[in-house]
Amino acid sequence: FYLTPPQVNSILKANEYSFKVPEFDGKNVSSVLGFDSNQLPANAPIEDRRSAATCLQTRGMLLGVFDGHAGCACAQAVSERLFYYIAVSLLPHETLLEIENAVESGRALLPILQWHKHPNDYFSKEASKLYFNSLRTYWQELIDLNSGETTDVREALINAFKRLDNDISLEAQVGDPNSFLNYLVLRVAFSGATACVAHVDGVDLHIANTGDSRAMLGVQEEDGSWSAVTLSYDHNAQNENEVERVKMEHPKSEEKSLVKQDRLLGLLMPFRAFGDVKFKWSIELQKRVIESGPDQLNDNEYTKFIPPNYHTPPYLTAEPEVIHHKLRPQDKFLILATDGLWETMHRQDVVRIVGEYLTGVHHQQPIAVGGYKVTLGQMHGLLTERRARISSVFEDQNAATHLIRHAVGNNEFGTVDHERLSKMLSLPEELARMYRDDITIIVVQFNSHVI
Amino acid sequence: AAGMFLRLLSDVQWRAANPKWRGVTSSRRSTSTTAEPHPVSLPAQAQVVICGGGITGTSVAYHLSKMGWKDIVLIEQGRLAAGSTRFCAGIVSTARPLSIELKMAHYSNKLYQQLEQETGVQTGYTKTGSISLAQTQDRLISLKRIAASLNVTGIPCEIITPKQAVQLHPLINIHDLVGAMYVPEDALVSSANVSLALATAASRNGVQIHERTSVSHVTVQRGRVTGVETDRGRIQCQYFVNCAGQWAYELGHSGEEPVHIPLHACEHFYLLTHPLKEPLSSSLPTVVDPDGRIYIRNWQGGILSGGFEKNPKPLFTEGRNQLEIQNLQEDWDHFGPLLSSLLRRMPGLEALQIMQLVNCPEAFTADMRCIMGESPTARGYFVLAGMNSAGISYGGGAGKYLAEWIVNGYPSENVWPLDLKRFGTLQSSRTFLRHRVMEVMPLMYDLKVPRWDFQTGRQLRTSPLYDRLDAQGARWMEKHGFERVKYFVPPGSDLLDLDHSKTFYKPDWFDIVGAEVKCCKEAVCVIDMSSFTKFEISSTGDEALESLQYLFSNDLDVPVGHVVHTGMLNEKGGYENDCSIARLSKRSFFMISPTDQQVHCWTWLKNHLPDDSNLTLEDVTWKYTALNLIGPRAVDVLSELSYAPMTAEHFPSLFCKEMSVGYANGIRVMSITHTGEPGFVLYIPIEYALHVYNEVMNMGQKYGIRNAGYYALRSLRIEKFFAFWGQDLDAFTTPMECGREFQVKLDKGMEFVGQEALLEQKQNGVCKRFTMFILEDHDTDMDVWPWWGEPIFRNGRYVGKTTSSAYSYTLERHVCLGFVHNFDEKTGEELVVTTDFINQGEYEIDIAGQRFQAKAKLYPFSSLFTQRRRKDEVELSGYQRE
Repeated sequence: FYLTPPQVNSILKANEYSFKVPEFDGKNVSSVLGFDSNQLPANAPIEDRRSAATCLQTRGMLLGVFDGHAGCACAQAVSERLFYYIAVSLLPHETLLEIENAVESGRALLPILQWHKHPNDYFSKEASKLYFNSLRTYWQELIDLNSGETTDVREALINAFKRLDNDISLEAQVGDPNSFLNYLVLRVAFSGATACVAHVDGVDLHIANTGDSRAMLGVQEEDGSWSAVTLSYDHNAQNENEVERVKMEHPKSEEKSLVKQDRLLGLLMPFRAFGDVKFKWSIELQKRVIESGPDQLNDNEYTKFIPPNYHTPPYLTAEPEVIHHKLRPQDKFLILATDGLWETMHRQDVVRIVGEYLTGVHHQQPIAVGGYKVTLGQMHGLLTERRARISSVFEDQNAATHLIRHAVGNNEFGTVDHERLSKMLSLPEELARMYRDDITIIVVQFNSHVI
Repeated sequence: AAGMFLRLLSDVQWRAANPKWRGVTSSRRSTSTTAEPHPVSLPAQAQVVICGGGITGTSVAYHLSKMGWKDIVLIEQGRLAAGSTRFCAGIVSTARPLSIELKMAHYSNKLYQQLEQETGVQTGYTKTGSISLAQTQDRLISLKRIAASLNVTGIPCEIITPKQAVQLHPLINIHDLVGAMYVPEDALVSSANVSLALATAASRNGVQIHERTSVSHVTVQRGRVTGVETDRGRIQCQYFVNCAGQWAYELGHSGEEPVHIPLHACEHFYLLTHPLKEPLSSSLPTVVDPDGRIYIRNWQGGILSGGFEKNPKPLFTEGRNQLEIQNLQEDWDHFGPLLSSLLRRMPGLEALQIMQLVNCPEAFTADMRCIMGESPTARGYFVLAGMNSAGISYGGGAGKYLAEWIVNGYPSENVWPLDLKRFGTLQSSRTFLRHRVMEVMPLMYDLKVPRWDFQTGRQLRTSPLYDRLDAQGARWMEKHGFERVKYFVPPGSDLLDLDHSKTFYKPDWFDIVGAEVKCCKEAVCVIDMSSFTKFEISSTGDEALESLQYLFSNDLDVPVGHVVHTGMLNEKGGYENDCSIARLSKRSFFMISPTDQQVHCWTWLKNHLPDDSNLTLEDVTWKYTALNLIGPRAVDVLSELSYAPMTAEHFPSLFCKEMSVGYANGIRVMSITHTGEPGFVLYIPIEYALHVYNEVMNMGQKYGIRNAGYYALRSLRIEKFFAFWGQDLDAFTTPMECGREFQVKLDKGMEFVGQEALLEQKQNGVCKRFTMFILEDHDTDMDVWPWWGEPIFRNGRYVGKTTSSAYSYTLERHVCLGFVHNFDEKTGEELVVTTDFINQGEYEIDIAGQRFQAKAKLYPFSSLFTQRRRKDEVELSGYQRE
């Protein structure tokens, strides 16, 4: 079974999306030029989600990737809801009041977000009322709190993450008279999702990360070469600080059972996540909710299974770590991607490939022999590789697609090998997940003229 | 770095060998503070000023001084041999498709070989030989054609098998080869040193050389060069020679009266490596792999390899910029495909270490041939430039021909294919040149099958009927910028990709052209021949007639309305032009010449006509559209359209009359067809062109009229033994040698140019004779077709080359035209060729190495096909031009 190059392209490009920040008077005053995003499923259906939106009542743009596990319900919910929670957290008191008054009196609501969605990125119609009510409760609380202080983006991000996770948990505990919705909120709560969200406002870039997706800044050095600056911490067993944190939060007696086989309680790869109430609720609460829940939930072995050595919940949090970065002229782009990308490619290669793609082939550094000892054969190999890279650049109009092509198709020499690409993409559904993970990528391009 | 080393080395030798040299650099080098602050000043005047110290400039200086001219100044803006010459790969290759190019390269090779002995300057001359490889059968055919040409010129050359090739050069991978050509006497030189050696010899002969001196412009007064302005002062001179290489175009445009030199630079890359573990022998032959687009020579134990890529990088389009040649970037990505090709050809070189990728811009011309000769607008302004990266191969010979041209007024060989006057202002657009050289550079190594055309820079000059003809399936070729129809693809024909199926064998258009020819023979065809050069010469008194009688060999004092075929001859009786002249009135003449004569003929007339205000010469080429109606029914079509009797009694052959055709009046109708077939050419003022064409086509329908193209015309004229100028006839051919004595009126009562030479030939006989050959055992379907340039053998001995050939649909045989010489068996001297000599020989034509029997004829089969029209003359001279 063999895919032709056009077939490969149609698979790779099925989910690609590009957004260009509109210009006014021929000028783009935003620090963001636009973004390219794409995702390639390995799970069926895909468990990754992505979101992008412009804040309309405050300045700034929000972009995020969400990696779901144990189903896609939680990732889907987070992708729909989290940006509203963030936007609301950022709103000044007066705007919140205005919005609340509008809702109260049945007037038209000020729009909060302008979404930039691919047709495949859907929102749940059924749950919108439920989600809205939860959100409204949140802003009502914020109005009541009225700290009077100007909103700090870091605080807002942390609050929004925690509040949404809390709402997910509560909604599952309370349930819903509508059986479809009841089942939905339970699925959301019992599945999980990581989130890596960027908030860009002028030169202020905030990354809020929960879990093992990653934000990477592409920096162009003076000599034109590319370097990668990581703007997030992975929340997994490879992060010593994170392991340390988990251990600190639980009694010493559990030290050995907390992290096993690089997984939380021997089960969960990310150490922070939305949902996953199995790692947050007490055993009693879990049993009560499952018993009173619908049959489908009862039949699900996974949900019924209580993690071993489950003594002092919660073991898991959705609280993000936030990194603030002031954008510099050399900061050309930001890549947000789920771990499906980072486990196949080194961050340095990722940044170089995107950098060379965005600056165009013509800016490719010329090769100079200089004083080096290079043989004809070596030079030939080098040139062949560069040609292959260029030809694959020409196929893609989207930086994220281009990156996925490399992530899936790269051979040992770092060049896209069509045969490999074809094989990887034609794997049957049941096998795909064994060779690769869902990959979701957003590449945000910064506007050097403004920064 | 290698280049620099070479350069330093040559400097040392230069100084040692030439203490007399008065250059700038010597004084610059001086450490003494009392040394003169300025270099030796320029002379106030000189006979010749040469601009450019590369291989061409030094070669011209060398040859001029050898011919006894001493008052010569050579000016170089930088250092001698520091431009393209310095970077040149140094390959002297004689395997050239064009006969004149081959002769130049052959002479260069012989010159360089003895140069070191003559001058004491080491030239690095090594006779290595060269191997040209063929990856395809078609390539092998093209090599065989060149080999045949080399052999009859006296250059040893053989077609060898791949196995023999690997014996000559053990590194060659031969698995994909079908054959090769070996030229054992090809050589390698250090091109910069050759140039310095020529400069040294010239300097000893009295030529003054000034480096670091720039020419700002050339001054011209009353159409003659008067001097040169430089950054170090003015030099008055009679002759200026533009040898400025890739800057020649700009230099040509710097003066008030621009000289158009259509060339444009492209980057050219080659690779230098460190020596192999076991250094390559300096006698290892150069390998040319045209299918792989590369050449490979040995270089200091390693290799030097470059090529002509498919996607060249033109540069300096907007003129010279700040970028020095020396600072051009290496571009490995661009070189990549050539490197692949090199490693495919010589896989053993994988581990060889790279030294440098050299980027050396070269000047390419609009038609891939170099440019030499005198400016049509400024007498004394000579040009030698645009060597298409073969400067070292051509430099010696080209310099010799140009020196002869300056000293004697004409070179010793026919250099028309290289003459500056083959171009006009129309090839001078920068955009055109940029696009054209991007096609020319890859063409250097592309397989060129018969009748290839340039694809860029097209549709520049067109007939008003272009769109009409194109819509009817016309396939086009180009001459002097003018689009001309080759043939018409019939509607519904699935031969739409005809242009892609070019071959050395029977072409796809064979039947199409056959049908057009048949229609010309049996009914009537119309061919748009608007591209011909058309002049009008008139005067208030008899000046026009008198001047023309002096310039043309035939008698032009004919009754008004008569058309005369005549040569425009030079002093030696050779054809400078071949034309038809119609006497429109007592005092005005209408002259039709080949398309590419537009500049040459104009210049010749301007230079030879008396400076008389009563005499006017006008180029009316653009004013008339020419439709050639060929065939027995042409007379019917025309008489129906004009309500005038057109039969032979009323409108004899070689007659011209202004009449109305359809609604249009003032159409010049001439009873000539340039083919020997009956018919008329209509010269139509362009605004009437479409109307007349439509009328002719409508009226012609009932007579079976159809469109036809030049291929049909070509077949018709060749089977009628019509020679045409530029192909069969040139400045070294006289009417006596091509059976046209009847067009020469030695007794017309007044002197004319070339008369003396012709009288002498009439008395002594001719040394070559234009002959027609009918191929006997040639299988049209299976054998390689003749084209032109094929060697002719008489009784097994070489006697000349064909000049044109075509398939005759009437004879159902191939017909070749060519010249037969009688070379003395021992001395090679040219002896008189008599009719008996021609008739008493057994002839063979060599087509790509295979000989075919041919029957020689001195007279056409005309009596079979045409009836006499006018008692005294038959239309027995075509001058169809391709």
